[in-house]
Amino acid sequence: MSLLQRALESGKFAVTAEMAPPKGCDFTEQLASAKLLSGKVHGVNVTDMQSACLKASSLGLCIHLKQAGVEPILQITGRDRNRMAIMGDVLSAASFGIDTMLALTGDHPVVGDCKDTKPVYDLDSVGILTMLSEMEATGNDCGGNPLTGGAPVFFKGASVTPVYEPRLLQINKLRQKVEAGAKYIQTQGIFDLDELKRFMDDVAAAGINVPIMAGIIPLKAAGMARFMNENVPGIAVPQDMIDRLAAAAAEGKEKGVKGLPAKLGMEMAAEMIAKIRDEHLCPGVHIMAIGAEKNVPPILEMAGVDISK
Amino acid sequence: MIITQKKPIEELMDMLEGVTKVALVGCGNCATACQTGGEPEMQAMTEYLATQGIEVVGTVYPDECCHKLLVKRDLRAIKDTGYEAVICMACGDGTQTVADNVNVPVYPANNTLFLGQVERVGMFNEYCKMCGDCVLGSTGGVCPITKCAKSLVNGPCGGQKNGKCEVNPENDCAWILIYKRLEATGQLDRLGKTRRDKGYANVAYPRHINLRGKKA
Repeated sequence: MSLLQRALESGKFAVTAEMAPPKGCDFTEQLASAKLLSGKVHGVNVTDMQSACLKASSLGLCIHLKQAGVEPILQITGRDRNRMAIMGDVLSAASFGIDTMLALTGDHPVVGDCKDTKPVYDLDSVGILTMLSEMEATGNDCGGNPLTGGAPVFFKGASVTPVYEPRLLQINKLRQKVEAGAKYIQTQGIFDLDELKRFMDDVAAAGINVPIMAGIIPLKAAGMARFMNENVPGIAVPQDMIDRLAAAAAEGKEKGVKGLPAKLGMEMAAEMIAKIRDEHLCPGVHIMAIGAEKNVPPILEMAGVDISK
Repeated sequence: MIITQKKPIEELMDMLEGVTKVALVGCGNCATACQTGGEPEMQAMTEYLATQGIEVVGTVYPDECCHKLLVKRDLRAIKDTGYEAVICMACGDGTQTVADNVNVPVYPANNTLFLGQVERVGMFNEYCKMCGDCVLGSTGGVCPITKCAKSLVNGPCGGQKNGKCEVNPENDCAWILIYKRLEATGQLDRLGKTRRDKGYANVAYPRHINLRGKKA
């Protein structure tokens, strides 16, 4: 059974991190991060050409992580692969013992770095989940033909954007994902816990019962927060957080100390994680450190989260 | 309506290398509305080609250039004019229909863009992808196949910002349009239904329809 599934089903506070494959074929940095994350998280999402920017494939890094003793979560978007290619990757993943996945629609190629790419979108996130659920239920492939040796079973996940208007539209899609077989959900980066709480209440009121892991993005600087507010859909960093980061930068400049904003960002992330756990807002968190995966273990330590206990 | 746009003239001139006498075929329907293949455009093309040393020896202006028998009839009138090639100023369908009727090279003057609504004279909006499986009954008359850049049929992606699409911020998010429309018509319950994937086996092209039944 998937390590993440075991954590969520046993009522433990679940923790996942996220990692992007390299833009190239040298995985040294990713494997170094994997070493640091080993034993600290229940899974590591491996992104599938996030922001539609070309990287080595998700499956490739997933295999590396699995072999390095870290549980990978295979992210699959519908942007680049049709249903046959997706199912083929899932079967290959299963042969390496990969048992956890996350379905996404995928950013459009025109927002990425290979803009002439033909977008596929044979299946959207709901379609990917439906296809895999049917594969598990029937033992058949996407054309209805029997798979040799039966179908692999995956712990299937999906994402949601809590900061969204109209929210009912997002909650409705969440329901569709759960009905299609999503057993856990990770949210877009959350910075306002009151907002998160309102979202969780709306989900409960809609009668949707699925573990939702709060997305945490440790901020590195005020500029990063402003950039994300302007450019990343579903991200809303409150002004007071931006002001605190700016103040930390000013303080660092005055004292001649580097890295104060990033340190504060880690502290703010740890505070949020501790609060989410202590107030039972969500059964777990998904930490997206965006290249600073080495910061995940210290953030967890600051938050007092130890998955080995 | 089939929306067309003029090709860069240099591209057409490259195709016409070595040709001295051409016939022009326009279209009385879509290409006229698009100002790509109506009588004024045919006249302008004739004048331009003359400056390039190419003589227009015949012109044909069928009511619809995608109508095989109509085009055949109209082309008959210019069959002895000595044209070495035909420039078709209609859509891709029209160009091929002309090619089906002549034995000389046929060159397209236009690029064929989309099936669109005429919002006003000279303003066109892509409205239908001709997907072969119309979903408009459950989407408030707003097409997610066409108006969503990812053609998503089960609700929005997370990519909208202030109701605008991540692919082109000038476009509204189709699913927010659908939501507003369903809300306004008291049909929000239709949102809840996941659309069963019908696959693509039925849209393998080229497709043909024959309403005439079996020949006696």
